Amino acid sequence: MALKHKTPMLDELEKGPWPSFVTDMKRMAARKATCEDWLGLMEMSYEDKEGHWKHGGIVGVFGYGGGVIGRYCDRPELFPNVAHFHTIRVNQPASKFYSTEILRKLCDMWEEKGSGVTNMHGSTGDIILLGTTTDQLEPVFYDLTHEFGMDLGGSGSNLRTPACCVGKARCEWSCIDTQDITYDLTQEYQDALHRPMFPYKFKFKTSGCPCDCVAAIARADCSIIGTWRDKIRIDQEAVRAYAGGELVPHGGAGGSEKRAVDVQAEIVDLCPTRCMEWDGKTLKIWDEDCVRCMHCIRVMPRALRPGTDTGATILVGAKAPILEGAQLSSVVIPFMKMEAPYEEFKEFVEKMWDWWMENGKNRERLGELIQRLGLQEFLKNCELTPDPRMVNTPRYNPYIFYDPAEVPGGWEHDIAAYRSRHQA
Amino acid sequence: MAQIEYKGKNFEIDEDGFISSFDQWCPEWVDYVKSSEGISELTEEHWKVIHVLQDYYKKHGIAPMVRILTKVTGYKLKYIYELFPSGPGKGACKMAGLPKPTGCV
Repeated sequence: MALKHKTPMLDELEKGPWPSFVTDMKRMAARKATCEDWLGLMEMSYEDKEGHWKHGGIVGVFGYGGGVIGRYCDRPELFPNVAHFHTIRVNQPASKFYSTEILRKLCDMWEEKGSGVTNMHGSTGDIILLGTTTDQLEPVFYDLTHEFGMDLGGSGSNLRTPACCVGKARCEWSCIDTQDITYDLTQEYQDALHRPMFPYKFKFKTSGCPCDCVAAIARADCSIIGTWRDKIRIDQEAVRAYAGGELVPHGGAGGSEKRAVDVQAEIVDLCPTRCMEWDGKTLKIWDEDCVRCMHCIRVMPRALRPGTDTGATILVGAKAPILEGAQLSSVVIPFMKMEAPYEEFKEFVEKMWDWWMENGKNRERLGELIQRLGLQEFLKNCELTPDPRMVNTPRYNPYIFYDPAEVPGGWEHDIAAYRSRHQA
Repeated sequence: MAQIEYKGKNFEIDEDGFISSFDQWCPEWVDYVKSSEGISELTEEHWKVIHVLQDYYKKHGIAPMVRILTKVTGYKLKYIYELFPSGPGKGACKMAGLPKPTGCV
């Protein structure tokens, strides 16, 4: 079928082996005028090297302060079917497991009430329904909540949609039930998710182990990363099988051909704390020096497993560069048991939010507030005890603040008494 | 920008239904916009929120943070949503004639 707009540049992107979004959009354009105009508008942007969406857009559904990203085309006379092109964020199930039944229902609804185009998924985790008009927002919301048992995700200065790695659903390294934590936090903090009340956005992400498959350390204001505090479980038979070439290292990720693993060079010598020893027959690990980096476990998954006394390390403050520079999250709780209903964790969260809501400036992420007021203030307000594991290295400048209460005599001094001992 | 007329007053509005400048605001605007914001009758409490927003905007040139709005009015955020179903940004700011909220929304 011939489409309304010529798209010579986009057509180039139908070539090559990777699935082409242009081919997909054209297939949809045969059914939906919105997609036809979207292709025309996109071609125009490729031509001009400029975006053709207007600034901002404030739309939503009653009762919520977020969940919908309003968007309007700046050439509605040329592309009337994308004059409104709002995005709806839908809260996804933890780790994104679906049945075809629910996806079919969702697609049928979206093809009727929207463009039929989606993003599976947004980087924060939501199912993204791309492109509809203002009058369809309440009907879509009605279907989501009444027909599918689904809710909107977060947007604006609030708790954004939490997300997690695949966790215990299909990973032998997961130290915590990432899906249960994500679901529990999502339900517990619905109010914070739907009605912006924070100085700025706030994200939770949960990974089952330090491999961090959901990138919690980089993309969440509060990162929950599974770990253990007992010993790595070693199956010496299996270690010898790796060394003897019977088992494929890295689960085949470095090539599926069988080869003998050089345990000394590939594992022991690469251990960051050098806490391992291999005599050709037996692998020893001095667990008290292990930093649980996962390297040895990743190379020999059939031989080494995380311990059984599991929990999570809690880190806070990650953010993208704007305004004060990019940050990864920093450790604030080295180890915490994570068992439903996660009361200890939630107590911490509420103390952290109270401090940030009270002290955070408009559009100041938690990581920036900690930079501005100091990690010490954060720890004090969250009732956490400073711990060497919270720093990479001690400070090297001597600008050290003391609490006057901890200094004998305090800050009040009598200059006359001083002068009686020292001439001017 | 679209032009609308209501009770003899003219308003210039954008796609989201925000008036293009605070100077255009008048009580008729509130009356015009209320039904599209899910409000049937305005109470004194609605007006209190609107006036707090306007006073803050005149003094500081920006809308207050949610926490400041709740502190000054004494209304919890939940109650503000009861008054303005689309919330303090889309609902109350729009009715108060403040500029459209921007940023990651």
